[in-house]
Amino acid sequence: MTDVMHNFELYQPASLADAQELLGDHDDAWIIAGGKDSLDWFKHRVKQPSVLVDIAAIPELHGIREEADGGLYIGAMTTLTEVAESDLVNARFPALAMAASKVASPQIRNAGTLGGNVAQDTRCTYYRDGFPCYRAGGNTCYANTPTAMNREHTLFEASRCVAVTPSDTGVALAALGATFHIQGRRRDREVSADEFFIGPDVDIERMTSLEHRDILLGIRVPGTWAGAHQYFEKVADRNAWDFALVNIAMAARMEGGAIAEVSMVCGAVQCTPRRLTDVESLIVGETPGEELETLVKRVASSGAKPLNYNHFKIPLMENLAARAVRSLV
Amino acid sequence: MDNYGPYDPSVDYSPGPATREVGPEGDKIKPWKPLHMSRRNFLRGVVCSGTVIASAGFLFSTTSAARADARAVERMITLTVNGKTHRLDVPPNETLATTIRYRLGLTGTKIGCNQAECGACTVMSGGTTIYSCSTLTHRVRDSEIVTVEGIASPDGTLHPVQQAFIDELGPQCGFCTPGQVVAAVALLNKTPKPTVEQARMAMSGNLCRCGAYDHYLRGVMKAAEKV
Repeated sequence: MTDVMHNFELYQPASLADAQELLGDHDDAWIIAGGKDSLDWFKHRVKQPSVLVDIAAIPELHGIREEADGGLYIGAMTTLTEVAESDLVNARFPALAMAASKVASPQIRNAGTLGGNVAQDTRCTYYRDGFPCYRAGGNTCYANTPTAMNREHTLFEASRCVAVTPSDTGVALAALGATFHIQGRRRDREVSADEFFIGPDVDIERMTSLEHRDILLGIRVPGTWAGAHQYFEKVADRNAWDFALVNIAMAARMEGGAIAEVSMVCGAVQCTPRRLTDVESLIVGETPGEELETLVKRVASSGAKPLNYNHFKIPLMENLAARAVRSLV
Repeated sequence: MDNYGPYDPSVDYSPGPATREVGPEGDKIKPWKPLHMSRRNFLRGVVCSGTVIASAGFLFSTTSAARADARAVERMITLTVNGKTHRLDVPPNETLATTIRYRLGLTGTKIGCNQAECGACTVMSGGTTIYSCSTLTHRVRDSEIVTVEGIASPDGTLHPVQQAFIDELGPQCGFCTPGQVVAAVALLNKTPKPTVEQARMAMSGNLCRCGAYDHYLRGVMKAAEKV
C-alpha cells in the first residue's frame, strides 16, 4: 500500500556546484533523477529523507555525445527512451539500446534515467517492505530462511545478503566495458563496472560505490566494442514492467569463423553484474555451434549455490549463455 | 421540523416507537430518541467522512519546518494543463496525479496503484507519456500537460482513439480507459501508422484488470486508419 509522501524540502539546482553545495549542507539529502524508484520508497514510508535534490535541471547531465575513440558518453539524466531510440547507441552499442528498451514500461522509460537505472536499489521484497535486514542496517536476512520466498534471489557470492542487481542496462554496460563518471566531494573519478557495482562483502547497505555527496555525471562506453556483434536478452515473469529473473549481455568479435574476443555478463544472479569468465575463456578461439553450446551450458553456472526457490535460475542462465553463443552462428 | 428536548432519565430510549405521556406541551417538545441507523445510512456516513479525510490528507499536508532555505522550490507554480495555465500552491511532495485530480478537479485521470505500475494515471508531458502518480508536480511545472480531458476536441467530438475504443468495446469497467486513451493518442501522435507490435509495446505500460487488452489493441489499430 502506498501513502502520501512525507514532507520534504525540494531543491532543483541548475548547476553541479549548487547541487554539491546542497549535498554538503544536508547529511540526509537524497538525489532524485527520474524518481520512479525514489517516490515508491517515500510512498511506502520506508525511506524518509528530509531533503530532495532534483538534478534534472543540470544541463551537463543530459544528452549523448560521441567520443574520439568511437565510443559514447551518455549523461546520467538521459532517459531510457532516449538511449533506446538513439541512432548513435543503436549503431554502436545495440546491446545497450536493447537493454534500455527492455526496462519496465514505456511510461517509466520516458521518465526513468540511465543513471537511475544503474544506481537503483535492489528489489528484494523483504528489504523493500521495510524489514530490518542486513541491508537495512539490521542483523538478519529474511530472504534466506527455510520458509522465505526467494525465487528472485542470488545464486552467487551471497554474503549474508542474498539480493541481486535489478538493472538491465548495468549488465549491458558491464559487458561493453563502460566506465562510470562520478563527481565526488573533492574530485571527479571514473570507475569501471567492477568497481561501481559492489557486493554485500564490500558494503552491505549499498549496491554501488556511490557515497553521500557523489553525483553520477555520466557513463562512458569506450569504442572497444563499437559495431561488434552484440546480444542482450532478458527473461522476466512479465514482458512489461517486471525485473529480470536472469538477463545476459554479450559483445563478441569473430575472426575466420572463430570467436576472437568475447565479453559476457549475466545479471540478476548475483548482487553485481556477473562476468562469465569461465564461458569467455572457454569459447575464445572456438567455432560456435551445437557442440560449443553444450560445453557452454556445462560451465555457465558453475559454482552456483541456489536457495530454496531459485534453482530454476541455473538452467535459465545456462540456456541464455548458450543462446548468446548461438547468436554468433 | 422536530424539536428534541434535553436528556430525560425517565424515558426508555431503546430503539422503536417511544412511549411517553403527552403533556400540555407535548406537541412542542419531544424527548431525544436515537436515529434509526440503517445499514445504508451508516455506509453513507462512512463513505462521506472517509472521502473528506482522505482528500484532506492529500491537500493540507504542509512542509514541516517553515521554509528557512530560500534555495528550495517556490510553492507557487504555474502549471499548463490542456492548454490552460493555472497558478497553484503546490507543496513539494505532491504528485502530478494529486494536483490534477484534487486541485484542478480533472478527475478523468485515475489513481490506480499509485506506484508506477498500472498506468491508469497516464498523462502526456511534452508529448511523451508519464505516470502522473509517480511524478512530482514541481518536476513538470514547465511542461505542457495533457490529460484525458484534453484529448477530445473542444466541441465534444471524440478523438478517433476514443471512438475506436467505444466501437471495439475497449472499456469494460473503464477504470484503466483514461490511461489507455492517453497512451494510444501519444503513440499515434508520434507514429501515425504503427505496426501491431509497436502498438502492443506502446500500450504495455497500461494494465487492464478486465483483460480487454485485445479490444484496446484493435481500437488503436482502427484509430490509426482514421488519424
